[in-house]
Amino acid sequence: MKKKVVNKQFITVIVAGLLVLTFTGVGSAADTIKMGVGGAHSGDLASYGLPIVKAVKLVAEDVNAKGGILGKQVEVIAEDDVCKPEVATNTATKLVSQGVTVVVGHVCSGATKAAMDIYKDAKVVAMSGSATNPDLTQSGKYPNFFRTIASDDAQAKLEVDFALDVLKLKKIAVLHDKGDYGKGLAEFAKTFIEKSGKAQVVLFEGITPGAVDYSSVVNKVKKAGAEAIIFGGYHPEASKIVSEMRKSKMKIAFISDDGVKDETFIKVAGKYAEGVYATGPKDTSTNPLDKAVKEAYKKAYGEDVGVFSINGYAAAQALLNAIQKAGSTDYDAIVKALRTEQVDTPLGKIKFDDRGDAIGVGFSVYQVKDGKYVELKN
Amino acid sequence: MEYFFELFLGGLTRGSIYALIALGYTMVYGIIELINFAHGEIYMIGAFTALIVASVLTVMGLNEFAILVLASIAAAVYSAAYGYTVEKIAYKPLRHAPRLSPLISAIGMSIFLQNYVLLAQTSDFLPFPSLIPDFEFWEPYSHLLRSTQLVILVTTTVIMVLLTLLIKYTKIGKAMRATAQDRSMAMLVGVNVNQVISMTFVIGSCLAAVGGVLIASHIGQINFFIGFIAGIKAFTAAVLGGVGSIPGAVLGSLILGLTESFATGYVSSDYEDVFAFALLVLILIFRPAGLLGRSTMQKV
Amino acid sequence: MMPTLSEIKKSFLVSLWFMFLTFPIMVIRVNTTEKLVLWRWENMAYMGIGSFLLSFVWRYMLWRKETGKKDSESGTLQLPSFFERILSDRRYIVPATAAGIALVAIFPFVMDTYQTNIMITALMYIVLGLGLNIVVGLAGLLDLGYVAFYAVGAYTYGLLNHHFGLGFWTVLPIGAVMGAFFGILLGFPVLRLRGDYLAIVTLGFGEIIRLILENWNEFSFGPSGIAQIARPSLFGIQLSLSSSIIYLYFVMIGMVLFTIFVVNRLQNSRIGRAWIALREDEVACQAMGIDKTRTKLTAFALGATWAGMVGVIFAAKTTFINPASFTFLESAMILAIVVLGGMGSIVGVSIAALILILLPEYLRAFSEFRMLIFGAIMVIMMVFRPQGIVANVRRSYKFQPDKHS
Repeated sequence: MKKKVVNKQFITVIVAGLLVLTFTGVGSAADTIKMGVGGAHSGDLASYGLPIVKAVKLVAEDVNAKGGILGKQVEVIAEDDVCKPEVATNTATKLVSQGVTVVVGHVCSGATKAAMDIYKDAKVVAMSGSATNPDLTQSGKYPNFFRTIASDDAQAKLEVDFALDVLKLKKIAVLHDKGDYGKGLAEFAKTFIEKSGKAQVVLFEGITPGAVDYSSVVNKVKKAGAEAIIFGGYHPEASKIVSEMRKSKMKIAFISDDGVKDETFIKVAGKYAEGVYATGPKDTSTNPLDKAVKEAYKKAYGEDVGVFSINGYAAAQALLNAIQKAGSTDYDAIVKALRTEQVDTPLGKIKFDDRGDAIGVGFSVYQVKDGKYVELKN
Repeated sequence: MEYFFELFLGGLTRGSIYALIALGYTMVYGIIELINFAHGEIYMIGAFTALIVASVLTVMGLNEFAILVLASIAAAVYSAAYGYTVEKIAYKPLRHAPRLSPLISAIGMSIFLQNYVLLAQTSDFLPFPSLIPDFEFWEPYSHLLRSTQLVILVTTTVIMVLLTLLIKYTKIGKAMRATAQDRSMAMLVGVNVNQVISMTFVIGSCLAAVGGVLIASHIGQINFFIGFIAGIKAFTAAVLGGVGSIPGAVLGSLILGLTESFATGYVSSDYEDVFAFALLVLILIFRPAGLLGRSTMQKV
Repeated sequence: MMPTLSEIKKSFLVSLWFMFLTFPIMVIRVNTTEKLVLWRWENMAYMGIGSFLLSFVWRYMLWRKETGKKDSESGTLQLPSFFERILSDRRYIVPATAAGIALVAIFPFVMDTYQTNIMITALMYIVLGLGLNIVVGLAGLLDLGYVAFYAVGAYTYGLLNHHFGLGFWTVLPIGAVMGAFFGILLGFPVLRLRGDYLAIVTLGFGEIIRLILENWNEFSFGPSGIAQIARPSLFGIQLSLSSSIIYLYFVMIGMVLFTIFVVNRLQNSRIGRAWIALREDEVACQAMGIDKTRTKLTAFALGATWAGMVGVIFAAKTTFINPASFTFLESAMILAIVVLGGMGSIVGVSIAALILILLPEYLRAFSEFRMLIFGAIMVIMMVFRPQGIVANVRRSYKFQPDKHS
């Protein structure tokens, strides 16, 4: 019995403290709608995160110039998580305690997972333009998560279908970089190949990122008699493996993911990049909105858009549109609006399914031809 | 059998790369008993300097051979200068400090130099021009050993021989050995210890620069973080062979490179590094001072 | 100290040297694909002026350190640092402690959840620092793989919670035991090793643990990690986010006090004395009849225990763990806390942890330069104050000879 009394008092103290916090929170949130942006804004992955912040700011300026939303101006608050889960929880609490209504982010899947629980408790909707881990939408554990990019399994499926049906290959080596993104993707590819029964996985291995030489693993692929490599990971390792293969006169196909579908890959691998296949978000450059955004971006910042800028732009648009349509900043209303109201973005007209994936965005296969990624139509 | 040779040559190349960096670690350790954590960064700066100089010269339109020579010289000069400066700033004031202090200072220096290059240049990977020309030299078997690998193997051997001669027969070599054995005694017999230590850093850094140029043209790309990963591996190799011993560093590097290559080839590259470190632990259990290290009795 | 002509000449040469040194990296920026070269001469000017001025400061600081050393050799005491002066004066201690307790108690209620959250992180590092301090500071065994035990603790909670739904308070002692177990596991093979050999083996051990977690999917879920780990509950009640952060804060405060109490008692115990003896001289220590094997193993085990417990708290705090959180840099960070704080000093380690963890959080405005400054501070601290923020004062009795004799 005694324990319970202490217990109650403790909770009263906490509740009192909380009330104070809530009141201060409400007080400052009244005049603007706050939109958080979480992601890597420093460190080696900053080149993914910063272009998203810039794109989101463009959306906010655009909306504010037209008089804002629900009569309020939109304020963008960017916070850095360096793509580390343990930092992301701090970032998320910081955004929540600054009273954000919605968040664009985060950039990396691991950091997003760590941050989502905090947003869930605070009833904040988060939408990422780059976190592709399937669990985020498919596990049902993150009801407040949405994204404007397709998930990794869709990408792996496309890679495998392409290898089996278009290139008609029978023996495939699956490699990955041991990271959460690369290994997850490679595992999906392996399962899809085995399920199809049309081909076999002759080798499934993780390489060590940053190693000084990959000749052993390339020799192993050769010995296994693979007709193609499906690689899950980012472009630095991909370009090392491709160069190593081509230099030792292996001409087999190299199929990879959107971590490789990056101009830097072609720049670094040079002539060896020629002929490499990579999946990436569908080419939207014929969409007039997409053109307009790219021009506005170049005008505002004097540089070309980053890999995920357009997806981040679309995410910000979708979120603000949902607030507008919902007519309030209430969590349930926003979520409902996201699922029912279509919004016109550079990615096309999109809305979201029950799990949080955008309907109408997808991947296609690209190939490097004459130093450029060209979308393959089939 | 051919597969075995491929793996063997791949391991040999890897080992030679480690050796070029490991030599710098082992020389510094031999003289002042310090793990120079910033050594990997010196190697990275060497590669960056070579890339920058080579690009500028390419724009100016020099021929390939001149670019190779000038870029390598610039890399060696700048690496040496950085090695010298790092020693003067971060280690020299700590000659008489507790043993852990210079180590922390070295870790700090390593973080500083990485971020210095990150901020002044870029965080992106940069393509490194293949300074070593691709040539066919061993026609039917050229898939076994490529020209860059051959150049790496030959350079490492030449450097190893030159270094041994330098340490055995020249005046500075003798002074280095004396300083390594007993610093205060060397000082008493007239060796300028500070100068010897500086020279050690300069020579070690030059070797790292050569390694930087060779490795960067072998893998074709660099960024600010390459020094850290290669540095840890090279340091492991140096300890494996017995830190402080020059043939030990080379032997350790080759063993480490071959182990990694065969582990990848016959087992799985998933556990490549686990094999490398497990080997280290095993060897150190049976020979606590490394393969060729001097196991000195502690004096009471 | 007026700058004399020779001083100016010296600084001028230094600035010339640095202009030469930073020339390729700072001035030239190449775009290799478009074959463009960007010359940033203004950087060279900044570098020249900056290094000219800094070289004065550098020499002045070195000169002050040298004279300080000479003073202490000739009998006058070396100037204690600001913290040491506060600590040694009884007049300040009582009000300072009272103010400290009050501040700690009301902190989560006056600051927002974000502040409380980063304070929890800082408190975790205090405990980690104190734990590593047992191994490095007291027993003198250089451990570069301390993060492995931290990972063991975090995964113990993550896995037990995921598979069996065990709660935080049940797993906390299990985490401690697992930490100790792995500590002994590492301790056995390295008993014969010394100094830097020990350092590299422990570094390897840390990497091995991380790689196993990364590759063994069936066991650890690989690099995608374990998500949605339960936050600690209060007598079976699940708390909301902000109240659970406040709760965790007080749990951490309790943990820190407990750690300080235990470490302090250990330091002055029989085993603590044995560690210090081992650190000072292994051979003499054995000659005194101390069991070297047991002493070393207890140091490893006890150090790892704390890392195991903090690992459990880490998993409960972030609710998501993956192997990427347990890299060598984390070990280096904890080691830096111990060394900057002053090896063996409890107050010093605590202050260093607060500075090193909170500073980067508040330096977010300079986020790009954060790590650069961090590295520079490590070097500067070592050069000018190698004994750390608070030097560990050894219990000693001094014979003071009459100065006039």
